Amino acid sequence: MSQASTEIVRISGHAGSVPGAGLNREFQVCKLVDTTTCIGCKACEVACLEWNGNTFSETTFDNSYQTMPETTWNYWNLIKFNEHEREDGSMMLLMRKDQCMHCEDPGCLAACPADAAIVQYANGIVDFQEANCIGCGYCITGCPFNIPKFSPTARKVFKCTLCSDRVAVGLEPACIKACPTGCLHFGTKSEMKELAETRAEQLRDVSGFADAGVYDPPGVGGTHVIYVLHDAKNPELYGGLPKDPHIPYSVRLWKAPLKWLGNLAIVGGLAGLAWHYMRYGPKKAEPIPPDDERRV
Amino acid sequence: MQTSRRDFFKVAAVGGVAATIFGFDLKPAYAQLKELKIARAAETRSTCPYCAVGCGVLIYTIGDRAKNVTPQVIHVEGDPDHPTNRGTLCPKGSSLEQDMLNPRRITKPQVRRPGATDWEDISWDSALGEIAHWTKKTRDATFVEKDANGRTVNRCEGISFIGGCTDTNEFNYLVVKAMRGLGLVYLENQARV
Amino acid sequence: MTNGWIDIKNTDMMLIMGGNPAENHPCGFKWAMEAKRNRNAKLISVDPRFTRTSSTADLFVQIRAGSDIAFLGGLIRYAIENNRIAKEYLVNYTNAAFIVKEGFKLPDDGLYSGFNAASATYDKTTWNYEGGGDFSGKAGAAAASGHAPEPVPGNPGGPAPPPALPPNVAYDLTLQHPRCVFQLMKQQYSRYTPETVERITGIPKDQFLKAVDMFTSVRKDGDMKKVATIIYAVGWTQHTFGTQIIRTAAMIQLLLGNMGRAGGGVNALRGHSNIQGATDMAGLYESLPGYLKGPVPDDTNLGVYLKRTTPTSSKPAPWDSMNYYQNTPQFMVSLLKALYGDAATKENGFAFDYFPKPGQDCSWTHIWDDMYNGKIKGMMAFGMNGVMIGPDTNKNINALKKADWLVVGEIYQDETSEFWRAPGITADEQKNINTTVYRLPCAGFAEKDGSMTNSARWVTWKYAAVPPPGDARLDQDIIAEIFLRVRGLYKSDGGKFPDPILNLSWAYADAAHPPLTQVAMELNGRALADLTDPVTKQVIKAGQQLPGFAWLKDDGTTMCGNWIYSGSWTEAGAQIQRRGTEDPSGMGVYPNWAWSWPANRRVLYNRASCNADGKPWDPDRKQIWWNEASGKWVGNDVPDFKPDSHPKDHMGPFIMNPEGVGRLFAPIGVIVDGPFPEHYEPIESPIKNPLHPDQSNNPLVKKFNTPYDKFGSPEEYSIVCTTYRLTEQYHYWTKNNPMNVQLIPEPFVEIPVELAEEKGIRGTDVIHVISARGTYTAKAFVTRRLRPMMIDGKKVYQVGLPIHQGFRGIDEDEERNARTPANLLTPAVTDPNAHTPESKGFLVKIEKA
Repeated sequence: MSQASTEIVRISGHAGSVPGAGLNREFQVCKLVDTTTCIGCKACEVACLEWNGNTFSETTFDNSYQTMPETTWNYWNLIKFNEHEREDGSMMLLMRKDQCMHCEDPGCLAACPADAAIVQYANGIVDFQEANCIGCGYCITGCPFNIPKFSPTARKVFKCTLCSDRVAVGLEPACIKACPTGCLHFGTKSEMKELAETRAEQLRDVSGFADAGVYDPPGVGGTHVIYVLHDAKNPELYGGLPKDPHIPYSVRLWKAPLKWLGNLAIVGGLAGLAWHYMRYGPKKAEPIPPDDERRV
Repeated sequence: MQTSRRDFFKVAAVGGVAATIFGFDLKPAYAQLKELKIARAAETRSTCPYCAVGCGVLIYTIGDRAKNVTPQVIHVEGDPDHPTNRGTLCPKGSSLEQDMLNPRRITKPQVRRPGATDWEDISWDSALGEIAHWTKKTRDATFVEKDANGRTVNRCEGISFIGGCTDTNEFNYLVVKAMRGLGLVYLENQARV
Repeated sequence: MTNGWIDIKNTDMMLIMGGNPAENHPCGFKWAMEAKRNRNAKLISVDPRFTRTSSTADLFVQIRAGSDIAFLGGLIRYAIENNRIAKEYLVNYTNAAFIVKEGFKLPDDGLYSGFNAASATYDKTTWNYEGGGDFSGKAGAAAASGHAPEPVPGNPGGPAPPPALPPNVAYDLTLQHPRCVFQLMKQQYSRYTPETVERITGIPKDQFLKAVDMFTSVRKDGDMKKVATIIYAVGWTQHTFGTQIIRTAAMIQLLLGNMGRAGGGVNALRGHSNIQGATDMAGLYESLPGYLKGPVPDDTNLGVYLKRTTPTSSKPAPWDSMNYYQNTPQFMVSLLKALYGDAATKENGFAFDYFPKPGQDCSWTHIWDDMYNGKIKGMMAFGMNGVMIGPDTNKNINALKKADWLVVGEIYQDETSEFWRAPGITADEQKNINTTVYRLPCAGFAEKDGSMTNSARWVTWKYAAVPPPGDARLDQDIIAEIFLRVRGLYKSDGGKFPDPILNLSWAYADAAHPPLTQVAMELNGRALADLTDPVTKQVIKAGQQLPGFAWLKDDGTTMCGNWIYSGSWTEAGAQIQRRGTEDPSGMGVYPNWAWSWPANRRVLYNRASCNADGKPWDPDRKQIWWNEASGKWVGNDVPDFKPDSHPKDHMGPFIMNPEGVGRLFAPIGVIVDGPFPEHYEPIESPIKNPLHPDQSNNPLVKKFNTPYDKFGSPEEYSIVCTTYRLTEQYHYWTKNNPMNVQLIPEPFVEIPVELAEEKGIRGTDVIHVISARGTYTAKAFVTRRLRPMMIDGKKVYQVGLPIHQGFRGIDEDEERNARTPANLLTPAVTDPNAHTPESKGFLVKIEKA
């Protein structure tokens, strides 16, 4: 378990105890989404819009309760609906809240060439820094979950922040707070993992879902958003949740040599710098347009 | 009664950029968090106007209730102390901010005259005066003191009052009191339908 | 709700039927999920559609809209046949053992005894208990000797006096007497076999048996530990037999011993934030605040009224009955003092004559019918969109065209204030509409303080956060101003019987802007003279707030606006503003959060949570219990009972009934269409009632006669249609809110895949839904969540219609939809008890646009 890098562990010339020393404190945060108690009410969608100041955009009815086909640059949280018929003919309405998974090994970050446009905090939140975003869209190809979305007006990429502004002051994310049934839960990664496993066990033992399980895909190092699914063997049923997500091969290929080159400090550094200059030139990050313009 | 959570926000906000809690390492050169938009806002406890679960909501408004401020809503979220909703809200409750700041709200009295094809503005004084005259005229014309069997009934048969069910108990009681006082029998509300 | 939202977490079994709480009460539904997570509770969802509630259920059963009594009656039969009943509870806490009068007839032909075809009413003389004593174990003898039916007293000059309950009821504690309530009930529902249930409801027999087996499993082998709850909403009320559906649910809960218990009860969800409070305050034509009965013309003075409305107890002689409504005179006189102040004196019968007495049904559908027929000339509508709510939107619009004036108080531009330019009314036609319409800008929820009462009966104060926008005014100020101006006119000009107007008590600090804190204190009531409790010698001084309704007097020395709210704002302060978050029992009682009527009791009838000896049925869920040492009922909730009544006195736990016990059999017409619920078909139905084809519908239902009151035949309109809300929208309100419009951007109709294929309709195609009364236009939502059903051998489709869109709103104003309200389709026929229209289960046909 990692701690924040500035958590004090030793103090010079200090007679007293070190504050917080000896505590088993975990900083890794996690959002648990129990799809088996999701009622598809979309409170999380609205809470996300409201808190983050992303307002109205036009939608069309598409033979579903689903608000729109995919998340967009100004709609970061979307419940995906699937009418599913089980083998015995009984009906299920599978509903899964789709948003950034906050991967432990984030493909977006791996793919991003702009200095500090994407950061990962010690707590696991992967946050876009729009001020540094150059709008190249590489993060979009790096994400195995189809989450980052390009805004043609702002010419930058946006996604769920896990309400980093709220979490920073000790509040839970807006979606978590709103969720009426407690299908969303927030806490440390280890505790959410335990809660999820307990619920999955209950679904297997009591509710007759033999394949119930927890989705925390190892291909991206685990995620800071995990799911409980009635049918963990078929995550695709839940609005196309990938069975075994990985950072795309192209991004790996592109980043791996760079990393290897980086180890050869001088050559690698120069080569990388030269390539970067040739590829992008001295481009600076564009300022984010004022709010009104963003809210088209 | 409303200090503890706000004080916490204040501390958190002062700690702001240098804060290193909950796993954030905010070295300004690399990452900057948005400031919490409700950090210094006034918090008012209300009840959601929609369904009958009666969720507690917190309405955040600009200003700290100082006399020289006209508050405006900046955010709404669930009241975590309320035993029923414990801070949660549904998609309607979560959008209450837009209900309060809605440009579609009607903000002035209007009248549609007989045969007219549009509204015209009217002052409150004229509107209320005309309504009082209509009420008296209709009441006097349709009031029944004794029915066909000679029983005292003292009812006004020509006016109906219909009410919604999202206003307060006190409002509803005042309506019943005033309208029964006028002798109305056609008094109904949303509970029927 | 008899129980409350949080209490649902205490349950072992949920039957959710006629309601869809996951969508319409999401934050309350969390407690159903808690029960599932923490207690492994089971959830059964019975609905015409597979809803988002169904998606969380352990068992979903698709039912034909309007066949609920058949399902529930079949459940009663199954519980009795399989001994899944609470025998001790049944004998001691219900009227199962009471013997019914000879001559009472069950509705094998669809009619109970006493039906008068000419007037379509019942003479309820035989719907009563037999007077007499203990017939336990003497069934044969009693049946042989019998009791001669009492002759109906001759009354040539007028109608027979209403029957009264006998003070000493004949009873048989062995439940064997052929005319005891239990045997009659058993006989009535013996006809509701699984096969019959399948014919009527369309639920295959095996699925039905699975559902009723699961529900009644809480009472397996008579074990009393487990508890089941029944949860419903307007899917049950909006039928021409709605009250009887709910009664069937109440009977099941009595039969299984689930009433009064944590995790049990019959729980109405209720759809509007203060629909409970507005009902408590008597915003309904036939009622007075606190559910006192409204005066009628035959109540020629206060004494006659009180004699009619104050019950006397009716019970087996050895038992006790609190009969709480014996205090009606105290409640009524205190109300009259609140309404008419000093003008209400003992000498003038506390101004009882001032109060208007309706001579007919003045309920919702009658308002529109009487306006259409020219009787009602003016209307005030506050926060009430009558055109949209219907039923039969076209009729309501055409009624408003005939009115002289209409006042609408609203926060958005609504369909009612703009009826004169509804779609289809041309500018030329508008010139012929002579209604003057005033539209007054009112205040939104955040701009008003005051209290609201949720469906758990919690009365909670809220605070104003912002001022109303622009020139908008607080609703209470508008009502006050209208009243004061009318009073001014009567003062200056005189007019018809001005006394109640001039003498109405309106003594608020600022008459034109009544502070709601003062009104709330009036609801609680105060002493008008010094009062002394004869036992404790406690003294309440004149002018002081009363501690509770036990202090109310019938001599004019107290005033109280609503007796059930007495205790809400005492000398100790505003109980409705309390915010104590402690829950010592862990059962979600929260005794110090706000205040619930009556007397801060959180679960009604909680005496029934104990056995006859006063011990809890389940020691793990203790609500109240008898404490022998203190000689009192004590516990985690306020006892809903006489606090010092010893269990050996056998006082019944249902203290609001004169019997003291729960009514499996509803005597003397308290329910007008039958002592037991019987399945009747909706007025528009695809089949004839299989139980009695010659009496298919509820015999008491009446139809109006305007050209708009048309009904469709199953030959032309073969599809069953039901209406409902979606979780993303609130009624006709959030169509003005961009965020909610974004979630559900367009109106749609949910139709089964098979029907769509038959008609060549694909998802998102625009279709017309047509009833005998109107046409609704929306996009098709083709889904497998509604399936074709076999009803009495006939293939029947059901379609579902969300109600939210109209002709004013964000999308409507941009003409992104067809601007047709759903209630264009619904018929203006009502339940004879509750007068609620039949918006669920009417007939339509569909066409591709």
